[in-house]
Amino acid sequence: MSTPETSVLKNLDEVRAMIRRHKLNDYIFSIVGLIALMVGLLTLLTLFLDLVMDGYPRFSQEFLTNFPSRRAGSAGLLTAWVGSLLVMTVTFVTAVPLGVAAGVYLEEYAPKNWFTDLIEINVSNLAGVPSIIYGLLALGLFVYILDLGQSILTAGLTLALLILPVVIVTTRESIRAIPVSIREGAYAVGATKWQVVSDHILHYSFGGILTGIIIGMARALGETAPVITIGALTFIAFLPPAPIMAEPPFLNFEWLQSGFTVLPIQMFNWLSRPDHAFHTNAAATGAIIIMVTLLMNGTAIWLRYRIRKNIKW
Amino acid sequence: MSMATEVLNNPLELRISDRLAKNFRRHFKERVIEFILMMAALSAVATTVGIVAILLYESAGFFAHVSIVDFLTDTQWTPLFEDAHYGILPLVMGTLVTSGIALMVAVPLGTIAAIYLSEFASHRVREICKPILELLVGVPTVVFGYFALLFVTPMLQKIFPELPGFNMLGPGIVMGIMIIPYISSMAEDAMRAVPMSMREGSYAMGATRFQTAVRVVAPAATSGIIAAYILGISRAVGETMVVAIAAGQQPTMTINPMEGAATITAYIVQVAMGDLPHGSIGYQSIFAAGLVLAFMTLFFNLLGHLARKKYREAY
Repeated sequence: MSTPETSVLKNLDEVRAMIRRHKLNDYIFSIVGLIALMVGLLTLLTLFLDLVMDGYPRFSQEFLTNFPSRRAGSAGLLTAWVGSLLVMTVTFVTAVPLGVAAGVYLEEYAPKNWFTDLIEINVSNLAGVPSIIYGLLALGLFVYILDLGQSILTAGLTLALLILPVVIVTTRESIRAIPVSIREGAYAVGATKWQVVSDHILHYSFGGILTGIIIGMARALGETAPVITIGALTFIAFLPPAPIMAEPPFLNFEWLQSGFTVLPIQMFNWLSRPDHAFHTNAAATGAIIIMVTLLMNGTAIWLRYRIRKNIKW
Repeated sequence: MSMATEVLNNPLELRISDRLAKNFRRHFKERVIEFILMMAALSAVATTVGIVAILLYESAGFFAHVSIVDFLTDTQWTPLFEDAHYGILPLVMGTLVTSGIALMVAVPLGTIAAIYLSEFASHRVREICKPILELLVGVPTVVFGYFALLFVTPMLQKIFPELPGFNMLGPGIVMGIMIIPYISSMAEDAMRAVPMSMREGSYAMGATRFQTAVRVVAPAATSGIIAAYILGISRAVGETMVVAIAAGQQPTMTINPMEGAATITAYIVQVAMGDLPHGSIGYQSIFAAGLVLAFMTLFFNLLGHLARKKYREAY
């Protein structure tokens, strides 16, 4: 027998049960979501520990100062890290001025018309082009048509084109964050456009641009496919000519034409050998690459966080 | 007469001409600077033109030897053999299978992570998790290749003992983990763009967070989420080192992920590692393969762009 009161109470119990169930769903999903996020973090951690543990026997000073060798135990990274350093120098010198200039043009100078739209579409499309396609461009254009050969210069220019969209996009973003009042203030005291840009805009956006440059350079350091495609050699037992000389003119640019290898290619080479002793070398190289790139990316992220926190216009 | 007295005699006139001269210099300098900056911006256009021109030019040499019909229908890819076949299908198949596996990993995980970050996570959790995902994006792909070949594949071999050392499953999974951050960050952006009033309406009806996220926010952000998936596909299709290291180099027409197979990108790497003479058919074949790859990524990028545009217009 049910009176109206008991049926309402029963109903209320049902509603409470439903709410509990839904709350439980919420709770379950927040755990599932956290696990999904953790997959990335755990992979990163496993990857890092795996490399460090596998490569541990090779962590020594000789590993950094030895030339590559047919014996895994005495093979070293000297040519690879010197090559990476020189290639990245070329990339830096090319990509930074070009990317920052392009970003400044698109944000401060470009009129609103189809031509500017065309450039913008191009930049965003280039960011989606697979890196190996840049390698093919460099193989056809730099290596054969411009006849630069399979040199440090070619590799540096290729990687510069590759990271150009990154530099352009971050430059634009950090310039866009500067309030118009800064520009108006400068114009009001008679500054020309270039004076506004060089004295104010670049000054205020420096931190943001720097994060973009660091992220771009970290990418250039780890990029393998385009450098393989242009035909970087994998067994290099010599160093390029030194860029700095004791006598005048002090600078020597012969190294630009030199053959080279870089860290990721050396790693790939050791990894693709059947002899397992070389896999240890590959792991040690991987550990070094990942440490440097994580450090660079971490610096960039930290820098961006600092800038966001500190800027009060 | 000295300059000073001249200025004193006729101060106004000189000052104006002085200013005019300076203005001319200033204007000229401004123009030159603007021109230089424009040239820098044009380097992006030049790069695109360069890519298209080189791919078409070298592929033209390839298609002078190989008919396009054979290229698109033959099921064997053996350009470096005596009995040469030039069918791109096995490479396309390898690319699609590895990308498909990657998506099967990345789509559920990326979507859940995005919903969690956008609707559930506290400000602090978000501040910690997003940089970590960004770090994952920064890890060089050659390192992921090592991981796929010497960590993930041996682990999978414990579950499937018959799995060969080179297979598409391991690198596919690793690639999937690699593209989670791309999908989650884009999908999260799309969901955060959903106006707060829609969530408030849902909460006012007594819906829970989970119900709001799945039945209100996610449907409203569908086109943005789909754009994230499509751009994820595009990343996976163009990914090179993971598959070149761990999926094997043998072009095989198969959809079985337990077998090894070469992808378009792996083939390009394999040929570039060797020393093929400039202008030979093998050399030209990597440009033809690259052209197909460029078309595939362009297709996905355009599709993703359209989908993204749609969600931007929605509100």
